Amino acid sequence: MNKPVAPEEFDYGPLYAAQKKVFPQKVSGRYRNVKWALMAVCLGIYYLLPFVRWNRGPGAPDQAVLVDLPNSRFYFFFIELWPQEVYFFTGLLILAALTLFLMNAVGGRVWCGYLCPQTVWTDLFFAVERLIEGDRRERMKKEAEGLTLQRFVELTMKHSIWLLIAWWTGGAWVLYFNDAPTLVRELVTFQAPTLAYIWIAILTATTYTLAGWMREQVCLYMCPWPRIQAALTDEWALNVTYKTDRGEQRTSLKKAAELRALGQPAGDCIDCHQCVNVCPVGIDIRNGLQMDCIQCGLCIDACDGVMTRIGRPTRLIGYDTDINIARRKAGKPEITRIIRPRTIVYTGLIAVVGAVMLYALLNRSLLDINVLHDRNPVAVRLSDGSIRNAYTVRLLNKRGAGRVVTLDVNGPVNATVHVVGMDAVSSGRPEIVLGRDQTTELRVLVTAPAAGNSEKSLPLVMRVTDAVHGDMASATDHFVAP
Amino acid sequence: MSDHEGEFDKATGKTTTGHSWDGIKELNTPLPRWWVMTFYLTIVWAIGYWVVYPTWPMIWGHSKGVAGYSSRADVAVDLANLEKIRGGKMAVLGAAPLAEIEKDPALLALGRARGRVVFGDNCAPCHGTGAAGAKGFPNLNDDDWLWGGTLEQIEKTIQFGARSAHAESHEGAMLAFGRDGMLKKPEIETVANYVRSLSRLPTAKGYDANIGQKLFADNCASCHGDAGKGNPDIGAPNLTDNIWLYGSDEATIVETITNGRSGVMPAWIGRLDLATIKALTVYVHSLGGGQ
Repeated sequence: MNKPVAPEEFDYGPLYAAQKKVFPQKVSGRYRNVKWALMAVCLGIYYLLPFVRWNRGPGAPDQAVLVDLPNSRFYFFFIELWPQEVYFFTGLLILAALTLFLMNAVGGRVWCGYLCPQTVWTDLFFAVERLIEGDRRERMKKEAEGLTLQRFVELTMKHSIWLLIAWWTGGAWVLYFNDAPTLVRELVTFQAPTLAYIWIAILTATTYTLAGWMREQVCLYMCPWPRIQAALTDEWALNVTYKTDRGEQRTSLKKAAELRALGQPAGDCIDCHQCVNVCPVGIDIRNGLQMDCIQCGLCIDACDGVMTRIGRPTRLIGYDTDINIARRKAGKPEITRIIRPRTIVYTGLIAVVGAVMLYALLNRSLLDINVLHDRNPVAVRLSDGSIRNAYTVRLLNKRGAGRVVTLDVNGPVNATVHVVGMDAVSSGRPEIVLGRDQTTELRVLVTAPAAGNSEKSLPLVMRVTDAVHGDMASATDHFVAP
Repeated sequence: MSDHEGEFDKATGKTTTGHSWDGIKELNTPLPRWWVMTFYLTIVWAIGYWVVYPTWPMIWGHSKGVAGYSSRADVAVDLANLEKIRGGKMAVLGAAPLAEIEKDPALLALGRARGRVVFGDNCAPCHGTGAAGAKGFPNLNDDDWLWGGTLEQIEKTIQFGARSAHAESHEGAMLAFGRDGMLKKPEIETVANYVRSLSRLPTAKGYDANIGQKLFADNCASCHGDAGKGNPDIGAPNLTDNIWLYGSDEATIVETITNGRSGVMPAWIGRLDLATIKALTVYVHSLGGGQ
């Protein structure tokens, strides 16, 4: 098994490899505890966030995080976004990608091992499976024995609990799209919209399938990140590594003791396969860094347990680099570089993108104007020879309260402005009442004498001003002669 | 084909079917069980479907299914619902006085939205999609109205039309002065130049303004008024402004006087309900020219 095989002798076997079922063994230790804690935090946030309240004043929803599709608004604590501001999500995705890159540059696939929903839910499903069917050996035995009544009962229980968790996953999902307490009441009394039940069903199906059945296959065949990650990583990133310099030559505990008694070198690895047994993706970490490894650190816990029991130093498997393996072999001290150009650049980019987004968010205008010139007819000649252009003006008030704005039109000489539905005002600056958090559409007629406005097309500026709150917005268009 | 006994294939770890063509053997790879089960399930499902839903064509009609489902009934229900939703709002609009509709932003928006659609379906063929009109078909965006441009006058024109078959239609026609021998050709040319002078357009050489004025007073003033300002009660256009339904050049005016004009606007009452006509009125009025 340890003999190197020449490539031409190697039996590559069939191109298609059927899934080998993985039976991860129970393990305890530091990384397992970290994983439990992060699972609790992630699931806690996911299930409880819709119930967090955030007061936005009367008339506005008081749910902290809400995707309000019917009214096309997105709420996130103090942030409220309109559909035309989805670019903030683009920024958020860029930030997320950069953070992923930074995590990767520092500690390898931290995301995959601890935070990815696929990992979190699969871990939970494994826990359920272990609780009902027993640990690795028992599960393998039962699987080989085939269906008995007890196994049938156990399988039914397992799948029921899986489906229940999956149902709750879908149940929490829909709460982000509607007032959570109200929707929960409606769901329980079967009065919720059909769409909510459909989405719960979809999420139930995906969760049950992905976390219960597909598991590591998702990471291996569906997820692009392992491939991208492999292209992004460098030799300084800390990865879950089997320290070959310490472990090899692996041998039995007894043989190792004999060798050491003779003063000869012996590897610490006793080939106990604990690292393989606990692995949720079913690989052997001792084969080195590989794409299948999600770097969850459970093999570290397993190996540490064994090392402690046999009285050898822990961390035969640990977060390490190939550079350190080489250095130790050469008798040089270990070296770990968290701060290096790559991490500095990522951190800098995160800071820049974050700052730009924050600036944009804090300075986003709460008042906006869109002007659309009538196309047919473009211009109208009136009976006294003057020219009239009509515009559809949309005023966007993103404030949480109503306000009054004045409309100014600049461009044509001696122009008069009339807003349909409003009495003409002597000052020529119509005052418009805008409701809270909504768009107001106006039809604005601009009339100007032919004298002085004979040019085919004059630039025209429409400006709305809220003197009370100091907001201003303007849009440019044209005043066209017939 | 050789024997039908499958043999073990070392490379793939599978057995063969035993079929062999020119030494090429076939691996035994049956369809996945889930696929087969799904296939059987669809058959079972289809049988259930036959029972529940209308499925089988018969010689006359088709099998109805026990659920009594009909997509036509579904459409009818949807349409009834839509009418109910619209009816509520349109009833409010229908009951409101015209002036109030323009004062209420919600009603104005509803009237304009409904009006725009109805206009596109019914009025656009003559008046154009943007109501800009064409020769002989008035531009509804300007402030010149043959039959008056107030909300009430516009509503009346839409309801009963102009020179339409409806008893309450606007009546009044431009006479064919030339064709019917009331004016001779030189007289028509003279009065045409006089009409042009009313709206400060240049006149032809050698034209006598006094004769023109006299001819106008004798023949035209009864409808168009002494000063040529027109009369909306009989649809006589104002001849002193910048807007010409058929054109302001001398030849067109001569043609108008010679052969007369009597454009027709159909009556819409009975074809559109009153609330819809109201919405249409508000829409046309809000185009900009409404008085």
